[in-house]
Amino acid sequence: MKIKSLDPRVSRLELDVVDKQPDAVLHVQDHWETYQVFHQRKRGEKHSSVGIVHAPSAEMALVFAKEQYGRRGETVNMWIVNTRDVLAMDYDDYDVFATTPDKMYRDPAGYKVNDKIAEFKKSNLHV
Amino acid sequence: MYGGGYIHDDQKKKTDSIAEDPALLAEFEARIARGEKIEPRDWMPTEYRRQLIRMIEQHAHSEIIGALPEGTWITRAPGFRRKLALMAKVQDEVGHAQLLYSAAETLGKSREDMINDLINGKSKYSNVFNYPSKTWADVAVIGFLIDAAAIVNQVANSKGSYGPYCRALERICYEESFHLKQGHSIFVYLATGTPTQRAMVQDALNRWWQPIMHFFGPSDKMSQHTETLMRWKVKMASNDDMRQQFLNMYVPKIREVGITIPDPNLHKNPETNMWEFTEPDWNEFYEVIKGNGPCNAERLAVRRAAEDNGAWVRDALRKADQQYVTPLA
Ligand SMILES: [Fe+2]
Ligand SMILES: [Fe+2]
Repeated sequence: MKIKSLDPRVSRLELDVVDKQPDAVLHVQDHWETYQVFHQRKRGEKHSSVGIVHAPSAEMALVFAKEQYGRRGETVNMWIVNTRDVLAMDYDDYDVFATTPDKMYRDPAGYKVNDKIAEFKKSNLHV
Repeated sequence: MYGGGYIHDDQKKKTDSIAEDPALLAEFEARIARGEKIEPRDWMPTEYRRQLIRMIEQHAHSEIIGALPEGTWITRAPGFRRKLALMAKVQDEVGHAQLLYSAAETLGKSREDMINDLINGKSKYSNVFNYPSKTWADVAVIGFLIDAAAIVNQVANSKGSYGPYCRALERICYEESFHLKQGHSIFVYLATGTPTQRAMVQDALNRWWQPIMHFFGPSDKMSQHTETLMRWKVKMASNDDMRQQFLNMYVPKIREVGITIPDPNLHKNPETNMWEFTEPDWNEFYEVIKGNGPCNAERLAVRRAAEDNGAWVRDALRKADQQYVTPLA
């Protein structure tokens, strides 16, 4: 049975009804690899990760990324990185950073000397 | 557009019985309760992963199939501005499908497998796209009201627990608001136009009202199952709540331009502050899900032809040493 559509362009294709258990239409990696896309909105701002595209090469990934992530708003630049080339930390390892906010010796707020100065000014050591 | 509230699930029983490590599960649930997001390579319960894949995948299919009933009107749009707008909208919908497939991929199912399951009927998409778009006024009703319904659902889901899905939905919701505005614009122009134009938009609403009432799915009195999904922030609002919210926001906007909603029983009960309406035909709803709607066969055949016709291009471009890895985010 051929598909009859309200749209004559579809009817002209004379498409068959897809049978209930068709062979797989797509096979493993038919949609190529994935690339991570980094988008810069304005000069002076940083590039940020906005998502991925499927593409057969970095050049094609850039073409697809422009279409997918640049079709609204401002864009001045994009980077493409093959997902394979990204070495990511494991979320489970976050605990190595757990005490970082406590390291006050790395923080300007960790250095308070006004009390010392005031005390010194009141003392007789102050000439 | 268009992850409807209703998400088809015929495998529920299979994974209900899986026993998860209680310590990991407690940690996972505590993270969600604190309002933190789950990220792709975190530990997660099997059922959480399965439900998310199913939901995001069906949402993606709805976007890509949803492009068809509107896409058919691009060549016949009345005027250049309307044509540009409709092309932009249809392109957005296909872009939404890509964003959503990517989010589902982070959970471990390949895009090829998802598209195969769409074409072989294992995986569903929103029922509304199995109805034909007969006139230009259908483009108005779809863009205005179906996108509006989808926004209600998507805004709720964007506050869910899975990071990649939320990020995709944030971008999507922004674009949907343009879809709604352009749909509303066509709707208002027709409804305030000539008698022929008014009749055309009334006819379109008459045909689409039932599918719109179907959109959020049947009433979901809180089942045990729904409770878990809500605790895990997979399902963010009940079908009934979303339908009520939709009626609250859009019934007045339909009526203010003198278009009649084809349900004489539709009214807001002043005591309960809830909308009451004629139950749509849920038998028809399930028949369409099974594949027996007016356009199911056409949608899948067109989708299949698109993949088949693109095969030689994809093959020609494929590098011998390509190697797929699961996307990061
Ligand atoms: Fe949309
Ligand atoms: Fe969409």
